[in-house]
Amino acid sequence: MIEARRLIKTFGLKPVLRGLDFHVEHGEFVALVGPNGAGKTTFLRILATLSKPSMGEVRVAGYPLPAQATAVRRRLGVVTHQPLLYGDLTAEENLRFYGRMYAVLKLKRRIEVVLEMVGLNVRRRDLVRQFSRGMQQRLAIGRAILHDPEILLLDEPHTGLDQEAAAMLDTLLRDVADRGRTVVMTSHDLTRAADLAERVDILHKGKIATSVRRGEIAPAELPGLYYSVTHD
Amino acid sequence: MEPIPKTLKVLSWITGALFIVALYLVLFYAPREMVMGDVQRVFYFHVAAGWVGGLAFLVTAIAGGVYLRRGDHRWDQVALASVEIGLVFTFANIVSGSIWARPIWNTWWTWDPRLVTASIMELIYIAYLLLRQGVEDPARRARFGAVYGIVGFISVPLTFLSIRIFRTIHPVVIGSGDPSATGSFNMVPEMRVAFFFSLFTFTFIYATFLWHRLRLQRLAEKVEHMKMKVVSE
Amino acid sequence: MTDPTPPMEAIEQPVVINRGSRFGGYLRAISAVVWKDLTAELRSRELFSAMLVFALLVILIFNFALELDIRTRETVTSGVLWVTFAFAGTLGLNRSMAVEKDRGCMDGLLLAPVDRSALYFGKALGSLIFMLIVEVIVLPVYSGLYNINLFHPGLMAVILLGSVGYAAVGTLLSAMAVQTRTRDVLLPILLFPVVLPLLVAALKASNGFLQGFEMEEIWPWINLLIVYDVIFIAVAFMVFDYVVEE
Repeated sequence: MIEARRLIKTFGLKPVLRGLDFHVEHGEFVALVGPNGAGKTTFLRILATLSKPSMGEVRVAGYPLPAQATAVRRRLGVVTHQPLLYGDLTAEENLRFYGRMYAVLKLKRRIEVVLEMVGLNVRRRDLVRQFSRGMQQRLAIGRAILHDPEILLLDEPHTGLDQEAAAMLDTLLRDVADRGRTVVMTSHDLTRAADLAERVDILHKGKIATSVRRGEIAPAELPGLYYSVTHD
Repeated sequence: MEPIPKTLKVLSWITGALFIVALYLVLFYAPREMVMGDVQRVFYFHVAAGWVGGLAFLVTAIAGGVYLRRGDHRWDQVALASVEIGLVFTFANIVSGSIWARPIWNTWWTWDPRLVTASIMELIYIAYLLLRQGVEDPARRARFGAVYGIVGFISVPLTFLSIRIFRTIHPVVIGSGDPSATGSFNMVPEMRVAFFFSLFTFTFIYATFLWHRLRLQRLAEKVEHMKMKVVSE
Repeated sequence: MTDPTPPMEAIEQPVVINRGSRFGGYLRAISAVVWKDLTAELRSRELFSAMLVFALLVILIFNFALELDIRTRETVTSGVLWVTFAFAGTLGLNRSMAVEKDRGCMDGLLLAPVDRSALYFGKALGSLIFMLIVEVIVLPVYSGLYNINLFHPGLMAVILLGSVGYAAVGTLLSAMAVQTRTRDVLLPILLFPVVLPLLVAALKASNGFLQGFEMEEIWPWINLLIVYDVIFIAVAFMVFDYVVEE
């Protein structure tokens, strides 16, 4: 579903991704962990078609990037650090706008469903400006799944969420994964990453340093492995 | 230290020699204009500087277009180097024009289409440099420069046209012009020689400057690379 | 509080994506962007009131600066109007793009499976509508204050043509300006030298209509306006990708 080979990304002269190889099967749930500056966000932005690699090959859903970006975008739902919502629009209006951009039909019904899923139905007529960080994040996730994308990319989606909202997000993500959607999520919460994902990839200095499948090692050993990989 | 490439050395010497010959032609060979006197001699380098300004900005627009298509940052370096040279020569063009205009038109400045267009052009490319200065990411800086270089260059003839519809007092020496415009004159063959030789020489100066500037950029880049290496080790 | 477990039956609803004609999708995306900008603006009226108040202030200042008495009024009116429109327009353009940049919404737009030029036309159309609304309010105010009849169909056409070109170039350049460190001061510096021929032509054509010149004298200016609009819409259409994409 996602395939990256010898990916290099430099900003000016500063290398961020240094020959990264990455592979995700259809329906897999992969978590990317790594220290700050390892290149998690940069890599995710490349997969999301928001950034172009300096060198290397990327294929998402079978389409090469950046050549067939539009085809990829149709199949992609993305949650970034920022909620990508308009403060002067209500929750409903934000979703209506994005729904139109993705050409979602029967949009009214779909918006209701999505708002229900992220638990914002009662606040749907309120301006996003008045939302708390957690509510904005929930709506951002609603925006990302509005067109029921085949692939969901999330950049540290749990940041700024309280316990309850985080639990809701976990349920939502599990559900998305259960329905055969592919999920790639970055996180700095190792426990949560191991808990949710079938595979945890540790990113270090612009490369995948180690990849651990669920059941390969005990969850308790993961922090130790993480430490040994990222402190060379 | 990287030595100066041989071709560039030769080119620099040729340009220097051409410039000396051009100076001779302009100052001694070309006859003294009867009405205006020696101040008319400004004309030769004035037009040549204006020509280089226009040429440089054209090169910027073209290099910008090629950069957007190919994404090779060397084209962006050409665009930037050319803007810098163009700014200097356009400035020389405006100043030399003013020096000539003072005794002939009895004013340093007038709102003639060419004058206004030249100064607006100067402002556009100062804005170009300001735009680049405000962008951190080199790739984005190059893209923005390319886009603005194209947009700016296209607007220049329109600016000229818009002011041209007013009446002009600027003499048109080449091509058909209003012979009654103050300061217009007919070029005798010797003047023609000096004039075209100046154009030719200034084109060489442009090419030489551009090459030196590109080489300087390459060296600066190399230094950056070395710095990065040292820092990352 | 809300129930943390989402109702599972809701998820089973299939999502239908419209796969109609490409052109239809293109127009839908443009109208979605315009609708979004207008809805947000109708609610906050931040941008609109700022533009309008600013425009009125500029006219007020001109009143004292130029001593707009009966004799000079006729000749300077078009100049005052266009300077006002240009300044107010810059405010609007800056703000319209800043909204996209500040909350990272530009990424949201770029993630959508639509052609980038549709985003450009949507943003430009939104800015054009704001400019036109401000102009529609400023004109009667001006004509009331100075007792000049500004309701001439020719003048309306010139204002429309001028605003179209201004929004076309302004949207392209403000998309760059907001991505720089010096963004608020940069837009006018980038925009004014490039938009000068448009302003000169619009100003002269407006003046021609206000002073009742022959059409022969006005046509060259209108032609220049049309040429400018066509050229710059085409250029912006071609290069907008490079301005917004990384």
